[in-house]
Amino acid sequence: MIKFKAINKTYNDGHQVLKNLNLTINQGEITVLIGPSGCGKTTTMKLINRLITPSSGEILLQDENIANLDPIKLRRKIGYVIQNIGLFPHMTIAQNVAVVPRLLKWDKKEINAKVDELLNLVGLDPNIYRDRYPSELSGGQQQRVGVIRALAANPVLILMDEPFSALDPISREQLQDELVRLQQEIKTTIVFVTHDMDEAIKIADTIVIMKDGEIVQAGAPEQILRHPANDFVKHFIGSKRMQSVQAMQEPTVDDVMADQPAVIYPSRGLAYAVKLMESRKVDSLFVIDKNNKLLGSVSIYQILDQYKDETKLVADVMKPAPHVVLSGTSLSAALNLMNEHQLSNMPIVKQEHQFVGLITRGSVISHMTELYTSEHIGGEIHAVH
Amino acid sequence: MILQANGIGSFMQYLSDNASNLLQLTLEHIVMVICGLALALLVGIPLGVLCTRSEKLASVILAAANVIQVIPSLALLAILMMFLGLGFKTIVVGLFFYSLLPIIRNTYVGLKEIDPNINQAGKGLGMNNWQLLIKVQLPLALPFLMAGFRVAAVIAIGVATLAPLIGGDGLGREIYAGLNMRNSLKIYAGAIPAALLAIVTDIVLGRLQEKWKAKHKKPTMKQDAAGQDQATMSA
Ligand SMILES: Nc1ncnc2c1ncn2[C@@H]1O[C@H](COP(=O)(O)OP(=O)(O)OP(=O)(O)O)[C@@H](O)[C@H]1O
Ligand SMILES: [Mg+2]
Repeated sequence: MIKFKAINKTYNDGHQVLKNLNLTINQGEITVLIGPSGCGKTTTMKLINRLITPSSGEILLQDENIANLDPIKLRRKIGYVIQNIGLFPHMTIAQNVAVVPRLLKWDKKEINAKVDELLNLVGLDPNIYRDRYPSELSGGQQQRVGVIRALAANPVLILMDEPFSALDPISREQLQDELVRLQQEIKTTIVFVTHDMDEAIKIADTIVIMKDGEIVQAGAPEQILRHPANDFVKHFIGSKRMQSVQAMQEPTVDDVMADQPAVIYPSRGLAYAVKLMESRKVDSLFVIDKNNKLLGSVSIYQILDQYKDETKLVADVMKPAPHVVLSGTSLSAALNLMNEHQLSNMPIVKQEHQFVGLITRGSVISHMTELYTSEHIGGEIHAVH
Repeated sequence: MILQANGIGSFMQYLSDNASNLLQLTLEHIVMVICGLALALLVGIPLGVLCTRSEKLASVILAAANVIQVIPSLALLAILMMFLGLGFKTIVVGLFFYSLLPIIRNTYVGLKEIDPNINQAGKGLGMNNWQLLIKVQLPLALPFLMAGFRVAAVIAIGVATLAPLIGGDGLGREIYAGLNMRNSLKIYAGAIPAALLAIVTDIVLGRLQEKWKAKHKKPTMKQDAAGQDQATMSA
């Protein structure tokens, strides 16, 4: 429905706020823009209703370049909830909600009916609130009015800039539910800005994560949670949330493995092997070739057996690794194998026997503690099963 | 020129003897003031709006209005008389000039004081500049504008007492006649109604201003300061 093509925005003070932004917003979806303060979310949003003009690039709305549209008509088709509510203090609540229908010269009766319907929708009794002034409402109530003012004229697209930020958690959840329900009913396209990742995950069809005027990652919430593009996204999602997602899936050996086990080349001498064991505080080493292929392992006992012979190399004392698991195997399968063969550790390989990491009893325990230290997460897991 | 012990009695007597004449003069006074103020509103509000459109324009317009305000009232009337001759017209133009600054300035300040988010909301909802001005900005600036109007009205009522000097009418006529004849009764009969007129106007407009302010409490906190400022200047 909306396409941003190579949008740049530099303000008069020379500050480049948006850098080569390319973004597609799908018809009938809720797209959530999220990112740290000052990353350009509001700017991106205001480009759509032409409150801000891009320095370069173009924006298509239903395949039409919005630069060619009449900005006044365009804005009347687009519902807009501004970041700081922005109710008109000299107008009653009813007059505020009716602004756009009145600009569009709707019939008076039709307007009144719509106003009452919308007030009811957000739990404000029309008989009480219709004729009040904004200053006579709480911040949360004002924000609700700001939201329904944007809905009043049945817009084809709604822009919402942190519309629920002033609400208490309970009414916030209520309104989020209401918004999702409403959106499924009327199939409007919504662009929604928030700071709150929980909110984004809850309502978004697509999440767009921004940082310093650039899009870091865009995709379905599920996809972003499972495959965060980089550390910034991981950090932004928050480690708790990531763990809870991983906990819901069955963990694989990759989630648990220690990824930097001590390794040695077969051409090395035994003295070096001992020294390495000492410094890494381990009692065995994995032997790999130059291509990272796993050849076997060598334990401190095997080395000490042969230690007096100075000509012996690691290659001469090592044993092939009898049990390995492929990367991607489920943790429970690997643990069963370890139990069955009384192993203290288990190397993980990819195809071609490429060595990737190691599960040890220690790594399993530390994974579990990470996962279950938060009671909150525990609760979510129960809820799933 | 001090009222005698029986002065109050004879003053009342004088008032009732000349009631119709005094009423006539008061009406003339009011008409002059209203015409001057109306003209000032008609010109001042658009100029105030214009000021918000460009900083440069604002400094030019406000400076010009300031210069006019600084000219002593008698001198201004004398200068106008050279161009416009004697009479009603000249005094109305004089009053107009005198009321201009408070109206322009308070319109300008009132518009400037509006929360930018409100303007943004209006624009974002699809108002054009004119609709934004009429439906949102001027109503919000109204309490400020009212404060300016109040100051302008009080000044104008005072300046209008100078009218007879350039061939106008109003309560000033009674005052000057009294001065010429050294008749204190006549002086008081002109001066007291003029003063009362100013005081009543101030109170009534003040009430009106309060009422508007009460309607939407939030954005009108500073209008009193703007009004005070003007009042001390005119004193
Ligand atoms: N009119 C302006 N002139 C100059 N710089 C501006 C202007 N408006 C915004 N900026 C700057 O552009 C950057 C992005 O602003 P924007 O309002 O888009 O951020 P945001 O992501 O919405 O932040 P927040 O979450 O705090 O609302 C900020 O660094 C801001 O200071
Ligand atoms: Mg913002």
